[in-house]
Amino acid sequence: MDILIQHLNKSYGPQKAVDDISFEVKTGEILGFLGPNGAGKTTTMKMITGYLPMDLGDVLIGGQSVKTGALKKQIGYLPENNPLYLDMPVMDYLAFCAAIQGVPQSAIANRVLDMVQVCGLGAEKHKRIRELSKGYRQRVGLAQAMIHDPAVLILDEPTTGLDPNQIVEIRELIRKLGQEKTVILSTHILPEVEATCDRILIINKGKIVADGAPATLRKQAQGRQVLQIRLEDAGVEDARQALANLPGVSAVEISNPDELRFDVQSHPEHLSNREIFELCVQRHWILAEMIPLETKLEDVFRDLTVN
Amino acid sequence: MKPAWIIAKRELNAYFDSLIAYFIIVLFLSFSGFFTWLAGNGDIFFRKQADLNVFFGVAKWTLFFFIPALTMRQLAEEKKTGTIELLLTKAVTDRQVILGKFLSCFLMVAITLALTLPYYITITYLGKVDHGAIWSGYLGLLLLSAAYISIGLFASSITGNQIVAFLLALSIGIFFQFLFEVIAGGMTGFIGELFSTLSLSMHFESISRGVIDTKDLIYFLSIVVLGLYLSEISISKR
Repeated sequence: MDILIQHLNKSYGPQKAVDDISFEVKTGEILGFLGPNGAGKTTTMKMITGYLPMDLGDVLIGGQSVKTGALKKQIGYLPENNPLYLDMPVMDYLAFCAAIQGVPQSAIANRVLDMVQVCGLGAEKHKRIRELSKGYRQRVGLAQAMIHDPAVLILDEPTTGLDPNQIVEIRELIRKLGQEKTVILSTHILPEVEATCDRILIINKGKIVADGAPATLRKQAQGRQVLQIRLEDAGVEDARQALANLPGVSAVEISNPDELRFDVQSHPEHLSNREIFELCVQRHWILAEMIPLETKLEDVFRDLTVN
Repeated sequence: MKPAWIIAKRELNAYFDSLIAYFIIVLFLSFSGFFTWLAGNGDIFFRKQADLNVFFGVAKWTLFFFIPALTMRQLAEEKKTGTIELLLTKAVTDRQVILGKFLSCFLMVAITLALTLPYYITITYLGKVDHGAIWSGYLGLLLLSAAYISIGLFASSITGNQIVAFLLALSIGIFFQFLFEVIAGGMTGFIGELFSTLSLSMHFESISRGVIDTKDLIYFLSIVVLGLYLSEISISKR
């Protein structure tokens, strides 16, 4: 089911938490919701689930407004901090969630077992939630969000508290689910969005500041190519001069004179790999390394959210 | 209404799982049993009448204290731990959540009261029993409980602190239990009438004497509906 968010607004007193946000998420898309603390991620997600009323605007899921409350069965939600009934055993809790989400009585036992298996809760299924470690509680949180096989998954920081192995597992799980469902997940772990999401939405102070695939965003922020090269059999100053004189190159920096390392920046929209290679052939220099330096998502994020 | 029932079942299980249920049952039976059968001055043997008026009088006060202990947790804890968010984003309405919570407390009280039915059986051996009066006494206790549960839920819905919820429920309850009657005693005319109508004890006593009047039923049901309605409004503010 597609999610369509139209001019969403929410204020807490004089403070605008969400300021006229509009975007669309298509079925089968995993949207990563990024932003510094207090940017309005959680507030937006709460409004999508229908928990918080919106001041202005609307959220349409499959063309229907969440305000009616009729869509709740289509949404699976994992809130921030993962609140659970700690006194309940895992199986009972999942069965309760299934029942209340309208899973037919005859199907509940199977759904619970499915979720226990999918989320890797097999060894812990008879324990009370209180007795579980944070990572396992997080899995229970994911299991309860998915138990009724919803078309839309809203996950607020799904991998907090998980160890690296679990993070990889959960990412794979989300990717798998994302093929047929619509997933919105928030996080501030940047490698996570790159690993799981098809599209990134960065919000800051309640406004959308960037929207696009991780690679596109990186390119946008980058603008120009930077190559790190290492030469052999060349003089430092000689090489610097020759490189700087190439038509495509805008600046050359010597990063390590002893090892003959240079950072070569090209003019915008221009790639200089070929020119550098040909120069080296001409001068009989050995081109020992040529590494394109990528702008990291961290830099993009910082550029957009620090002002 | 199915979601409300699912919530009620979960809450009821939680009472029995956490031993709160057994604790409440044992305490209630000890108090009411002691004053009904063993207290000497004022117990059934002292009065030499085969009725349960002593029990109804004691139960009225025990329930007054025990019900806030049952209800205080219901919404306050969910608000504090944040589970209310998870619950309300499931396929339930605010009203179903409140009804489910109400139902679980009511069933809990009903189970406790059902365990005093041996008292009834015992007195049938002791003398000639007015069966109608006994059943309407039990009905009175259930109505009184329903009223205090809805007050307790309201108190629990406006705070995230269980102790505050407990004390608040008691302080609202004391007006209905006791203070309105006292005020009514000191007033005459319309105001006196008004407070005497508001007093829960007055209505309870007339039912526990065996007189089931629609006015009394409407009185109890109004408190229940009002309490639950205010709780619903309170949790819908977020």
